[in-house]
Amino acid sequence: MILPNIMLDTQTNAPPPVKMSVCNLDFYYGKFHALKNINLDIPANRVTAFIGPSGCGKSTLLRAFNRMYELYPDQRATGEILLDGENLLTSKQDVALIRARIGMVFQKPTPFPMSIFDNIAFGVKLFENLSQIDLEERVEWALKKAALWDEIKDKLSQSGASLSGGQQQRLCIARCIAIRPELLLLDEPCSALDPISTARIEELIAELKKDYTVVIVTHNMQQAARVSDHTAYMYLGDLVEFGETEQMFFKPNRRETEDYITGRFG
Amino acid sequence: MSEKHLSSQFDSDLNGVSSQLMEMGGLVETQIQRAMQSLANFSTTLADEVVHAEDRVDAMEVTIDRALSSIVARRQPAARDLRLLLAISKITTNLERAGDEAQKIARKVKSIVESGEARDMPIGDLRVAADLASSLIRRALDAFARLDVAVAVSIVKEDDLIDREFKGFTRKLITYMMEDPRTISDSLDLLFIAKAVERIGDHAKNIAEYVIYITWGADVRHRPLAEIEAALRENQAEDLS
Repeated sequence: MILPNIMLDTQTNAPPPVKMSVCNLDFYYGKFHALKNINLDIPANRVTAFIGPSGCGKSTLLRAFNRMYELYPDQRATGEILLDGENLLTSKQDVALIRARIGMVFQKPTPFPMSIFDNIAFGVKLFENLSQIDLEERVEWALKKAALWDEIKDKLSQSGASLSGGQQQRLCIARCIAIRPELLLLDEPCSALDPISTARIEELIAELKKDYTVVIVTHNMQQAARVSDHTAYMYLGDLVEFGETEQMFFKPNRRETEDYITGRFG
Repeated sequence: MSEKHLSSQFDSDLNGVSSQLMEMGGLVETQIQRAMQSLANFSTTLADEVVHAEDRVDAMEVTIDRALSSIVARRQPAARDLRLLLAISKITTNLERAGDEAQKIARKVKSIVESGEARDMPIGDLRVAADLASSLIRRALDAFARLDVAVAVSIVKEDDLIDREFKGFTRKLITYMMEDPRTISDSLDLLFIAKAVERIGDHAKNIAEYVIYITWGADVRHRPLAEIEAALRENQAEDLS
């Protein structure tokens, strides 16, 4: 449908600068073509949400962003993923450094079997040579950023596994941001959490976007509507629609998107 | 809404509240027609019935609003479901106000009949405008039921006719009042009725605008008619191609 002029009520602000640009990206699990010619720009200092039914390629796309797929033989990506203009897929940069620039938090909290302090310090020590004082400052900074400091500042030496699920997930986010990545990938970070922990993480996401570009994959459509600035709807490896979240949840341009968002998808 | 949700209960909730809205619309339309009939027949009995039946319109408004709150709370609707529910809420308010206008007409009819003077006044013109207003309400509800934007746009256009009728009728009443000051009291009552009819037309237009809102997601309130018609033509041309 043509959008009449009367629909263009949204302010035409200048588009935000692009942090990551995906061009003609195809992804294969062996012979299975999992992502088909994906093109989109992820804006800097914004939250971009990926929604779509299971198996649509959301997580695959996220795993392509930091070359996580390279851990497995048979998986390959073609096309370009440009982070600030540099193609990550052909980059000569150490993949560990790429993953330091692009942090990832998974569906289930994955604290290391070590103390809360060491959970955060471990990654920092890999990439930076900080004095003990600086390291402690960094750990405190990351835990404060992740809105966890007040709850655990007196038990930093306790095991990370002793925390609640919601705290563990925030610990993982703190661990991720402690090495100051540029892009933060969140793969269903709240799916195992209760509503209060979920609300805390969502608050945290809103806070983090001041400093980071955040990409979140979620099955919870209301969560995408709440936390994101832009939303991408994917289906069977295709990017069906990508747009501002408000528009996507109020009047998406594609019928397929509307059917999925309104629960007519069958 | 033709396609079904995964949740049949959600479909049933939406259909239920849409049906209630249609029922309320039917009631309001009857109220308007009976109010005008009471004027034509100088019937205070009929006018009284209209005044009392207004309670039913009010009660339906409350019932529909409650159903809407419940659906929003339980389902967190998005996209066209959200637009539908927002529009139903607004349409309900417009129907309730159109019902209020019917009640006002009935009250004025009682006052005119009790004064016993108005039989020579130009009531026929008023009936034409009232029939038009009542048919606009009906057609606006039909457009809602079928989400027919073309009909909705035509209603926005036709409301202008009622506005013109109202202006013409006002001029006529002024002539009556100048010629015979004894008609001033009844003329003012008729003017009041004419204003109520004009307002009913406005409510029909508002309802039509919400039908466009549901379908296009565009808020066309306070937009020039020419702009809305141009958008309709563009969309029709695209549908054909």
